[in-house]
Amino acid sequence: MALTVIVLTRSRNLFTVVVLAGVYSFLMATALVALDAVDVAMTEASVGAGISTVLLLGALYLCKSEETKPVRKPWLPLAVSAAAGALLVFGTLGLPAFSDPAAPIHTHVVPRYLNDVLRETGVPNVVTAVLASYRGYDTLGETTVVFTAGIGVIALLRRRRKQPGAANKQDAAK
Amino acid sequence: MRHNLVLRVVAKLLIPFILLFALYVQFHGDFGPGGGFQAGVIIAAAIIFYGLIYGLDAARKAMPDRVVETMVACGVLIYAGVGLAGLFLGGNYLDYFVLDHDPAHGQHRGIFWVEVGVAVTVSGVMLKIFYMFASRGRDPE
Repeated sequence: MALTVIVLTRSRNLFTVVVLAGVYSFLMATALVALDAVDVAMTEASVGAGISTVLLLGALYLCKSEETKPVRKPWLPLAVSAAAGALLVFGTLGLPAFSDPAAPIHTHVVPRYLNDVLRETGVPNVVTAVLASYRGYDTLGETTVVFTAGIGVIALLRRRRKQPGAANKQDAAK
Repeated sequence: MRHNLVLRVVAKLLIPFILLFALYVQFHGDFGPGGGFQAGVIIAAAIIFYGLIYGLDAARKAMPDRVVETMVACGVLIYAGVGLAGLFLGGNYLDYFVLDHDPAHGQHRGIFWVEVGVAVTVSGVMLKIFYMFASRGRDPE
């Protein structure tokens, strides 16, 4: 995965970048499977590696396939992102250890979900139950976000068609 | 790519199974991994695949723009409609317990329809974005 990222940042050919991003997504999906997050892994594989690769290739078709050389040396952005990354890593030091059963997220609502989900909803997949039932409002919000994104793309990219009525009028005037 | 015989035959063989898998992911989401979002993306991927191999016009014929745009809006409406149904049957908004005599069955039913809504919107949006991008470079302005 690290190798993919290094090659990704070094490459100037955008086609290579798109394909490598897909490879990265697949590796990420396997990492998520290893973490037992099968639902997330499935989404990552289908959206990250599938759809977004196709969309990026479609966008690539519209522009040049070589990235231009940057005008200035990217030292300042590099320093900023390295500092931000270091801060984030520093922040993770305060988190409880991975898979610690006494961590706050495992003691708050998770026991209730895991124990009562079958009785309350009859759905064995807890992820689905939480997503669609316990957190139904959130998922409605997410669906609305997807909807808004689609509408936004339609509004931005739809070409204004010549109004057929106007053309007819011109013909009639002649 | 449009004249590559192997790709065309393989695509035609694969697409029904991709769609079947999408339906499996959709309706088996209660029991295994999966759900509306993943199923919607897989449906969209199958049609995008078709479009890549057979050309955009063929895909547009199979899945017209009007249908896709309707799907984008319908999914959200289905989702919100489930909420309203709960409201009319005497519960709170997005309350599934009232949808059937048995609360657990009501939950099942509510989750099912909600997932359908998500799948419809997601596949509609993905397809629409693909159509938009793919048709942009080709047609003269």
